[in-house]
Amino acid sequence: MNGPQDLGGQMGFGPIAPEADEPLFHAEWEKRALGLTLAAGAMGHWNIDESRHARECLHPADYYSSTYYEIWTKALEALLKRHGFVSDADLAAGDAVDGAVTPKRVLKPEQVAGMLQRGSPYDRPIASAPLFHAGHKVRTRNFHPTGHTRLPRYARGKVGTVEAVRGGFVFPDSHAHGQGENPQWIYTVVFTGSELWGEGADPTLLVSIDAWESYLVPV
Amino acid sequence: MTHDHDHDHHDNDLDPMAARVRALETILTRKGLVDAAAIDAIVETYETKVGPRNGAHVVVKAWSDPAFADWLRRDATAAIASLGYAGRQGEHMQAVFNTAETHNLVVCTLCSCYPWSVLGLPPVWYKAPPYRSRAVLDPRGVLAEFGLVLPEGQKVRVWDSTAELRYLVIPMQPEGTEGWSEDRLAKLVSRDSMIGTAVALAPEAA
Repeated sequence: MNGPQDLGGQMGFGPIAPEADEPLFHAEWEKRALGLTLAAGAMGHWNIDESRHARECLHPADYYSSTYYEIWTKALEALLKRHGFVSDADLAAGDAVDGAVTPKRVLKPEQVAGMLQRGSPYDRPIASAPLFHAGHKVRTRNFHPTGHTRLPRYARGKVGTVEAVRGGFVFPDSHAHGQGENPQWIYTVVFTGSELWGEGADPTLLVSIDAWESYLVPV
Repeated sequence: MTHDHDHDHHDNDLDPMAARVRALETILTRKGLVDAAAIDAIVETYETKVGPRNGAHVVVKAWSDPAFADWLRRDATAAIASLGYAGRQGEHMQAVFNTAETHNLVVCTLCSCYPWSVLGLPPVWYKAPPYRSRAVLDPRGVLAEFGLVLPEGQKVRVWDSTAELRYLVIPMQPEGTEGWSEDRLAKLVSRDSMIGTAVALAPEAA
């Protein structure tokens, strides 16, 4: 979706202002927000693509006025409600008022190290051969889906060059919506600055994205 | 935003969010969905075990051992795992090497994708709109805000992390550090040099 998350090329957000000796967390609640997000995700009822989509579905005014752990927390509440773990009455009371569906699993402290060390690999075998290879010219599709996609607006309808075939990966555009993994080949596609930004672009700039095969058409 | 990008601090609206997160933790733990001790273990992992020292180890190994550097180019996930760094948000790694011809810069314009297994949790600026919006449009302007001015002839390559591949920049080894121990070299490798918003420090810094 053309949501608030799709920031490439936007203007007006001001200086980057990196913080010297930035602490890992800026408040105790940020630690709990991180841990809650990972522990709730470990119940196994949604995936990373659905999580990302929940974050980008925040109203733009809310998204842009929230810090990242605020965005995570608000999206986590939405996911917990959608999947039957938390109700509006729970949230209004700040306590467990209603029941919850039974989770597939509950993360135990002794399982944390193993879970983080394993991660969640998203590569998948693919029966078909890749359509494109390094050196091929491709054009990204120009589409505006209302659901989740990982093709940013600034790179839609642009001609680039395939630099590498990265393997088969879960397709987020369907996976975010409970419509299956549908793995596709992923390619690193490189664009010149002038293709993306036109007049006045930095002549020394190259930008790449990692694109699923269905985002691309041959040129 | 509740943090004001016109100033170089990032103060949050602490009390409402602290209350909101505490309430959510209370709800989830009372329902038996989340174990508070598991949250503690997650936080402790990223406070004490997983951080940019992991990535610096990878970089200095690549500087010191050409066979490792070659492995890192061909199969970064396996090469990095051989040093003990793997897992969440580092499942599919790519190492990109800076050269005199090309400087690499990593961003995630769509969210906050970042190689946790080697760099730990991302800094606030990496996740915030100013960096995410401008890194792909005006990277030299972005780098200048970090105090990094590249030579005019050096190309800039920006890697937008739109999929599950995670990118680690391998900065160039500073001149005059040949033969240094890995521990001494690691002092020259900052987190930002592995994102691409800095280069490795000069030898005097070690």
